[in-house]
Amino acid sequence: MGNALEAIHIKKDYGNYTALNDVSISVPKGSVYGLLGPNGAGKTSLIRIINQITMPDEGHILLNGERLQPRHIEDIGYMPEERGLYKSMKVGEQCIYLAQLKGLTTTQAKERLNYWFERFEIQDWWNKKLQELSKGMAQKVQFIVTVMHEPSLLIFDEPFSGFDPVNANRIKEEILKLRDDGATIIFSTHRMESVEEMCDHIALIHKSNLVLEGKLSEIKQHYRDRNYAVSLICENIDMAFQQIPSEFNPQPIVLSGLDHTLDVQIKIPKEVDVSIALNRLLQLGELTHFSEVIPSVNDIFIKTVQQHG
Amino acid sequence: MDKLWLIIKREYLNKVRNRTFIIMTFVSPALFVGVALLIGWLTSINSDTTRKIAVLDQTDYDYAALFKEDDRSEYIHLVGVSKEAAIAASKKSDYYGLLLIEAREGQLATISFYSDDSPAQGFLESIEHKINQKATANNLEDAGINLTIIEQLTVNKELQLQDFAGEKTSKMSGWIKIAAGGAAGYLLMMFIIIYGNMVMRSVIEEKTNRIVEIIVSSVKPIYLMIGKITGTSLAGITQFLIWVFVGFILMLVATTFLGVDAFSNPANADVMLQAQDMSKMELIFNDIAQLPLLKLLVCFFIYFMGGYFLYASIYTAIGAAVDNETDTQQFMLPVIIPLMLAIYVGFFSVMDHPHGTIAVIFSYIPLTSPIVMLMRIPFGDIAWWEIALSMLLLYASIIGVAMLAAKIYRIGILMYGKKTNWKELYKWLRY
Repeated sequence: MGNALEAIHIKKDYGNYTALNDVSISVPKGSVYGLLGPNGAGKTSLIRIINQITMPDEGHILLNGERLQPRHIEDIGYMPEERGLYKSMKVGEQCIYLAQLKGLTTTQAKERLNYWFERFEIQDWWNKKLQELSKGMAQKVQFIVTVMHEPSLLIFDEPFSGFDPVNANRIKEEILKLRDDGATIIFSTHRMESVEEMCDHIALIHKSNLVLEGKLSEIKQHYRDRNYAVSLICENIDMAFQQIPSEFNPQPIVLSGLDHTLDVQIKIPKEVDVSIALNRLLQLGELTHFSEVIPSVNDIFIKTVQQHG
Repeated sequence: MDKLWLIIKREYLNKVRNRTFIIMTFVSPALFVGVALLIGWLTSINSDTTRKIAVLDQTDYDYAALFKEDDRSEYIHLVGVSKEAAIAASKKSDYYGLLLIEAREGQLATISFYSDDSPAQGFLESIEHKINQKATANNLEDAGINLTIIEQLTVNKELQLQDFAGEKTSKMSGWIKIAAGGAAGYLLMMFIIIYGNMVMRSVIEEKTNRIVEIIVSSVKPIYLMIGKITGTSLAGITQFLIWVFVGFILMLVATTFLGVDAFSNPANADVMLQAQDMSKMELIFNDIAQLPLLKLLVCFFIYFMGGYFLYASIYTAIGAAVDNETDTQQFMLPVIIPLMLAIYVGFFSVMDHPHGTIAVIFSYIPLTSPIVMLMRIPFGDIAWWEIALSMLLLYASIIGVAMLAAKIYRIGILMYGKKTNWKELYKWLRY
């Protein structure tokens, strides 16, 4: 499988401010690609360049191997973070208009919209004005508008912001279904738990620079740091804690040991074999838990951001 | 191109279907006529109240008889009282005024009007005129001159105005030209302000609705801007055409009743011949008919489009630069000042010297030319190349201004929550 999208050495300046500094990413076909970064890192700038809303100062974008062209607009669906619809326009009319702007004919638009309106069970909203709908309802319409032209690349900027948990879950399922049907998804967020659940690839942009990119499992592998979670049952928790060799850098996870259980996280130095470390721990009490702590995306995010100042 | 058309269509339908548009199109002319009628009616009530005026004539010539009761005034003739008693009585009875005709040796000496109010100029002049006329007649008679002969020999010719082609006009002609030019210029200004504001509000609406980013991910911002301006202008033209149509019908009705051929060629010799016996009213209608109406209409259309596109570009840039309508105030001055300037130049300079230096210069400057040139056109005598040059300059400047506006627009629509100032706008121009 090739790449659905490649950004190659993208640079973008706004006056004296550099929004993107030589950023290159590759989004594999059929992946859910998380574009992460703190606020103001340059995520939205990159997304706007992919959507041809703004042009890069240097570098270029390839969509399915082709240099990005105006006609590709029709092959991309974009739900911006700052989103909305015409308040005083009827829902159906508005959707048809937006579909036509994405290159669909009126008949095609009606067909697709019927499908989606049925799927979300909102057929009777067709003739309602948007201002008559609740926020959650409007968000469903917003989602339909993003996907109705069946683009091969879908970009969601903070897709769950403003959604209530029920709707957020519904949208998450729909996004994954679109992926299963062959679409490639880029989604930009700083909510790490959704990244963990959905993404198979991530890129981390920090202060206009790409600081991390790749397959999530590989990145996690890379960020494994010989951290282990340990639970010990022992008579005197404080004494046992002090007996853990200091080179293991023990960090208590639970400070109160009510049932004589010591929960602690340790970091085993490279020169110490894991089995030796395990033996030492066994001498301190009854070992009930020993597992490697795989870093969460959140940990990786915070660590990387801190590393790059 | 298809997408541009889609945007134009949406903007047009959105404006035309709007309740405000329908009200403005059909109710505002009715409102305009209604207000005119109301003012007329109020004036008539005002003049309905009769005022009581005391007249004390101390001469032997019975000038008091000149003042008989009419619609507006009731005269109370005082006899055999002193000046002081008359003043006191008038004041006590709360009369509007006292006309005192004083005599010296039985002859007319002075005339005075006592009133706490400020009587109208016309009213005072009519009193003077009546008394002076009678006094003159009395004097002539006393000198033994036959009044009938004088009347027969008195010459009272009115100046007849006509141009070198022999076209007759009324003395009102100048005023009619001013009115026609002024109305066209003023209407154009109103159109620019109303429709410019409409475009601006629509930009702000898309920005605050946050739909703009969705649209510009489907079309280029410049298309959205052009589509928006064009769609709104078409709504303006629709409104204008409805008014022209209604005006045409009204004119047809008016001419049928007054018997003036408003649509004939002004240079037509028959009209000239007919004009010789025309009453003043007919002459005025003839003057209106002789205005270059078609030229004015065509030029109005072209200047409206040009002026509107020029100003609407600025309006869109302003709309894109702000987050809400209240923030637009600081940027409105450069829009309003040239428009006001054009109207002032039109009313103060064009009317005195339609082809003077100031009028000519301002009818070439793109920001003022639509209004000033329109106001010059009714005065005639403008070479076609002058109008063509003025239009060319206008349309050429639109391209420049629209390009600058587009730069601000394209950045502004995606900027949220940032207070924009002039410095910021200048920065955007250089991005």
